Amino acid sequence: MDRRVFLETLAVPCFARAAANDAQFTVEARFYEKLAYKKIKCKLCPRECVIDDRERGYCGVRENRGGTYYSLVYSRICAAHVDPIEKKPLFHFLPGSMAFSVATAGCNVNCKMCQNWDISQSRPEQVNANYLPPKDAAALARQYQCPTIAYTYSEPVVFCEYVLDAAQAGRAAGVKSVVISGGYIQEDPLKQLCRHVDAIKVDLKAYSEKFYKEVVNGELKPVLNAIVTIRKQGVWNEIVYLVIPTLNDSDQEFQALARWVKTELGPDVPLHFSRFHPDYLLKNLPPTPLPTLERAKAICDAEGLHYVYLGNVPGHPAESTWCPKCRRAVVERAGFTVKAMHLTRGKCQFCQQAIPGVWG
Amino acid sequence: MGRQFGTSRRNVLRACLGSALAAGAAVPAKSKVVIVRDPGLRPAGASPDSTRVLKLLDRAMQSFYNSDSPVEAWKKVVRPGEVVGLKVNCLSGRGAATSPVLVEAICERLQQAGIPQKDIVICDRLSSDLESAGYRVASRKDRIRCLGNDASGYDGDLAAYGSVGSLLSNTIAKTCDALINLPVLKDHGIVGVTLALKNLFGVIHNPNKYHINAGDPYVADVYMLPPIRQKVRLAICDAITAQYEGGPSYMPQWSWPYNGLLVARDPVALDYTGWQILERKRAEKGMRPLREMHREPLYISRAADEQHRIGTNDPRLIDVVEA
Repeated sequence: MDRRVFLETLAVPCFARAAANDAQFTVEARFYEKLAYKKIKCKLCPRECVIDDRERGYCGVRENRGGTYYSLVYSRICAAHVDPIEKKPLFHFLPGSMAFSVATAGCNVNCKMCQNWDISQSRPEQVNANYLPPKDAAALARQYQCPTIAYTYSEPVVFCEYVLDAAQAGRAAGVKSVVISGGYIQEDPLKQLCRHVDAIKVDLKAYSEKFYKEVVNGELKPVLNAIVTIRKQGVWNEIVYLVIPTLNDSDQEFQALARWVKTELGPDVPLHFSRFHPDYLLKNLPPTPLPTLERAKAICDAEGLHYVYLGNVPGHPAESTWCPKCRRAVVERAGFTVKAMHLTRGKCQFCQQAIPGVWG
Repeated sequence: MGRQFGTSRRNVLRACLGSALAAGAAVPAKSKVVIVRDPGLRPAGASPDSTRVLKLLDRAMQSFYNSDSPVEAWKKVVRPGEVVGLKVNCLSGRGAATSPVLVEAICERLQQAGIPQKDIVICDRLSSDLESAGYRVASRKDRIRCLGNDASGYDGDLAAYGSVGSLLSNTIAKTCDALINLPVLKDHGIVGVTLALKNLFGVIHNPNKYHINAGDPYVADVYMLPPIRQKVRLAICDAITAQYEGGPSYMPQWSWPYNGLLVARDPVALDYTGWQILERKRAEKGMRPLREMHREPLYISRAADEQHRIGTNDPRLIDVVEA
């Protein structure tokens, strides 16, 4: 039994194994348009799949049945774990807390470097799943003393009906919600999500359309638009950029990214540069050298971004949050562990500088 | 990003072979596509007559293999001791699916060629798709099995080629030694047409990922996955009822009784030939060609290119035999 199977089997033993009953996971999709000849057009993500009767969209989890479009993953949870919020990573959102983290099968892109391809690139019936309705997700989060539900691992956009309902159930139970997403979503569903969740972390895969086309099977522009929308909606947002040797690691790309972030979002948006590990369809490339990550951070620091982190390099000083005014560590981290906090009501204890985020 | 799988050694070999051909060492052989038709296939109305379908199949196989006997023809495809998969196409349900009558005829001839019932597996993506097309799902190992990938499961090892990474159904990855590809002659609203090459989308776990860009290069790349390239022996395209628009769903208003079969070992030649039949029907009905509908099946030429070499789409190298 590998680690994932072990955790999936034992980590949350109290909710029932899914019965072989597709109906309990099936709800009508919320974002689509009916077309002639029983076809539909999906309006959830920018791909706008036009789907014949009995066919599914690119995500593999939404199906046209006789001209009505259905999500097949409502409450169909294939992974559930209790994770540190730092693992998402969200560094300015309840640091040191745990997140009850859930996923369904499916994704609306197909990244060649995906670490979770076994669930993200599968159809719902191809992976083991448990039935976990929204209220039960909120109840389990409380039971495991998690102040947050995180929708993560695969792509929450494709199970957004569930996210919307679970986030509302969570709020009613005093549990926050955070979404860990690639940000490939249309504006209307994104705005609906923003009304109900408390933070959205976006995996910005690169700052080039070429990379998005060739490695992600998606598009950059809609993702950038989504990040701006999240910011405008007032939802806490952090950005992760997985640095892949030779594919998205040039100085020019880092610089263009930094300038875009500063101009469109401001200098206070946390930007995480994560280390790549070979997986899925990119096993031919090596892990990101540490100097490459440090170069990315240096470029962004020089552009004036205040919170630039390095990820997947346990013990590195750039895992900690440093006050941009007095340059002292206000949240000290080692890996996913918070070792010390020097914040009082969101302000640096040393110089009283306000540090943006959701602190409690 | 370049293609990172299956390139270097093959390319070296191809480069050497290319040089040999350039020096006049060989003339490429033609790919044979046999087309058989029977206007009287449906004497009682819509359903094809099983006896006439068997005769039609025999005529096609004997013509393709230049054989006096249908059983001898089948013996050139499969050997006793092999487990033979029959990959049907049932997504659209009854109407535009591989006809159970045709599959029954194939099973009969396979048994006469020495393949016992227990070594025949009819397969497609989902058991429910098979049932909706008129097949009876069966998993007893002493009989002909008929089951979807959802019942047989998927191999745990990722198969990769070019732009594609997929899990293959256990039926093709583990159970079968040989596969007979049984597509339907029909239109496809995204990739243009769905014939022999595209039918293999039904053995991978993530076909939804590979319809973008009208399936190019994905359809060709999926066909390059080793178990597929190694195990597919023959394609028999069910053209008893064909569909020139509105596919892959069954649209009776755009279907017509072609009353035929197309047989080939070269799936690219078969696809090219079938595509032209559909284009001619579209023209006859006053419809614009697929190119103008932005769904020309470019994956067919991709499958014939230097990288793939699955077969030929050059009409000069396709020997269409109407038997």
